[in-house]
Amino acid sequence: MRNGELIGSYIVPVHPHTILVPEQNEGWSRLREAYDTAAQRIKDSGADLLIIYSTTWPSIIGHQIIADPNPEWVMVDHDFHDLGSIPYSFNIDEDFAHAWDKANEKRGLKSRTVAYHGFPIDVGSVVALKLLNPDNSIPAVIVSSNVYANRSETTVLAKACMDVVKATGRKAVAVTAMSLSNRMFTTPIEPKDDRIHSLKDDEWNRKILEFLGEGRLEDVGQLSRTIHQQIRVNKVVAFKPMWWLSGMNQNRNNLTGEVLAYEAIHGAGGAVVHLDPTPSGTGDKEYDEDDVEYFAGERNVLDAEHDVIVEAESITEPVSKAIETNGPALWEPTESEDSVNSNAAPKPVGAYPHARRVGDLLYLSGVGPRQPGTNSIPGGPIHDENGNPLNYDIKAQTQAVIDNITRILEEAGGSLADVLDVTSFLVDMDRDFQGYNEVWAETLGQVGPTRTTLAIKALPTPIAVEMKVIAKAPATD
Amino acid sequence: MTKGEIVAGCLAPHPPHLVYAENPPQNEPVAEGGWEQLRWGYERLRESLADVEYDAIVLLSPHWQTYVGTHFLGLPHFKNLSVDPVFPNLFRYHYELDIDVELSQQIHDRAAEAGLATKMMNNPDFRVDYGTITTGHMFNPGWDKPFVVISSNRSRDYYSVEVMQEMMMELGRVTREAILASGKKVVVLASNSLSHRHFTTESAIPEDMSKEHITSHAMHLWDMRMIEYFRTGQAQRIIDEMPEFTEQAIAESDGGGLTWLLSTLDLPTYPGILHGYGTIIGTGNAIVEWPARNHKEA
Repeated sequence: MRNGELIGSYIVPVHPHTILVPEQNEGWSRLREAYDTAAQRIKDSGADLLIIYSTTWPSIIGHQIIADPNPEWVMVDHDFHDLGSIPYSFNIDEDFAHAWDKANEKRGLKSRTVAYHGFPIDVGSVVALKLLNPDNSIPAVIVSSNVYANRSETTVLAKACMDVVKATGRKAVAVTAMSLSNRMFTTPIEPKDDRIHSLKDDEWNRKILEFLGEGRLEDVGQLSRTIHQQIRVNKVVAFKPMWWLSGMNQNRNNLTGEVLAYEAIHGAGGAVVHLDPTPSGTGDKEYDEDDVEYFAGERNVLDAEHDVIVEAESITEPVSKAIETNGPALWEPTESEDSVNSNAAPKPVGAYPHARRVGDLLYLSGVGPRQPGTNSIPGGPIHDENGNPLNYDIKAQTQAVIDNITRILEEAGGSLADVLDVTSFLVDMDRDFQGYNEVWAETLGQVGPTRTTLAIKALPTPIAVEMKVIAKAPATD
Repeated sequence: MTKGEIVAGCLAPHPPHLVYAENPPQNEPVAEGGWEQLRWGYERLRESLADVEYDAIVLLSPHWQTYVGTHFLGLPHFKNLSVDPVFPNLFRYHYELDIDVELSQQIHDRAAEAGLATKMMNNPDFRVDYGTITTGHMFNPGWDKPFVVISSNRSRDYYSVEVMQEMMMELGRVTREAILASGKKVVVLASNSLSHRHFTTESAIPEDMSKEHITSHAMHLWDMRMIEYFRTGQAQRIIDEMPEFTEQAIAESDGGGLTWLLSTLDLPTYPGILHGYGTIIGTGNAIVEWPARNHKEA
């Protein structure tokens, strides 16, 4: 299967005016036309999945993901109920929803799927899906905006989503249903009188759109807190969608952006923006925040016996850590004719050599990332001595495996360039394949051996990756 | 016409867990109980009013959130399925409720005359929010009284607690005037919690009471402070401290319900009756009755 990818991103407004009464205001009409343009572009792109992050669906227990394959109901807006009702019937990719939920869990997030008859899908999602996918030809998935989530949690949510996009080979489009400035008029207005609530809101909106038009999505993400303070009503759901959308786009700042429309909806800033992944060459970010891979901030608040200090201790960061004494015993490598053993490689966990020479070939025993001498695991072990899962860095582990292979080959008088064939074993293919693959591409991928990658249940030590190598044997005298 | 009367005002919180734990036939999920302290509190409230005659219930729910003014349900009958968007695993309730449209319109009109932005909600497809349904069920599970349902104008979000209080004091005043002018006997309900910091995880068995407690000591202190004011008739102090309480306890009083309730009762100086207090997924919830019928003006 080909690797999945994000083939486009859109920012769209949430209020029902664009679907119910676009003809009542020229601006609403232009937003509707931009919505229609976006829908056509999505259709023409060959997208096979729409992913909606909606700011009008707040959640508390982590993030929630719609998993009802065909939710149907009639939606009425809490404020604009006099504009009419919106019947909906959507085509939801329940398999993707469940996979995303599982991927969230693997990255330390709390989330759950929702598949109940009559569940009230929020106005932002309903408007976005009705207008972007009018014939329901593209399966969709909808995720809530967690009121307690900050940047790290929202970024990791995006990365978990992309784990599934890539693993399932999807051509996905990401959509944030949101306002820019969200300050509406607090009294009814005539449609003809609609405008952005204040000049200050309008100026901020235009600055945001200037950035987005230049494809500088991550810059907007990093300004989210400032933007929220300046032009957002202090509702519980902050200006988070830019964090999520930037995370979906690998926190890039050089996308190709186009603002299709920008207008007021009852005073709030509504825009339709298209962000294409094609590099625009715009440039680097002004500054950068930590790039979080795993969310470790959840407090174990349900357990009254633990206070905050204990909870803080339970937060696990990927660190190089020695295997505890209750791991498998370490052995001296066995010596035999044609065996190759190295003091620079980690000791075996059984009676076998590091490698064996047979004719023109070297057969290496399975090589993991443990470090010789300390037995520590770069990137951290995958679980503690009690079996509790830990966060770990697959890239660091993969690099350490390749370093160990190099040491063994050098002991035999060769080098990494001699590798002919590799069988790799991963304990968590969904989580780790991408990171493993990136390190591979930069190292053994430059050498060009054949490769087979397998998912397995466990390895003898708490590591995530091991490689079995066949290499050319250096010529002997 | 006989002068109308507010027979009681109640703080009547709406976490759906309470309905879930009651296992009424209208709710789809099934529970093994839980949150008994609060459910018994609602029992005591119902018993307190069992022999009191009244015509309608006027309720302000923080989960019908409106940003363009204050809205009122304006059709005589609503029937639908209410699914909590946050706890759909607990609350999927088939409801039917009647609206006292006449009284609703009267309060609406007086609020509009007082300069508040208002709107009647006349769309028959509208789903009544789960806060209204939860409080409605726990207060009156027989659903045999008509309601006036008032939205929560999020003026606190737009401006400040102070502005919210100004508007809710005014809305409470006109609500009281409309009730007195209507000739009807009415119970007014503010459907909100006190401290409102949730847990962000849920136990495998939601009704596992070994996992239930307040989220922090500070939240507990604020809740007890408010309850002390409730029990000693210090409504003005509640109003005065509302900005600090709302900010520091992340209190659901931000929706305006508590201020509105106290205003409809003309800032009572008599003690409120604490029928129950308990936490729900970490939030603080009190069931309090101000028996206004026993404190009529001379």
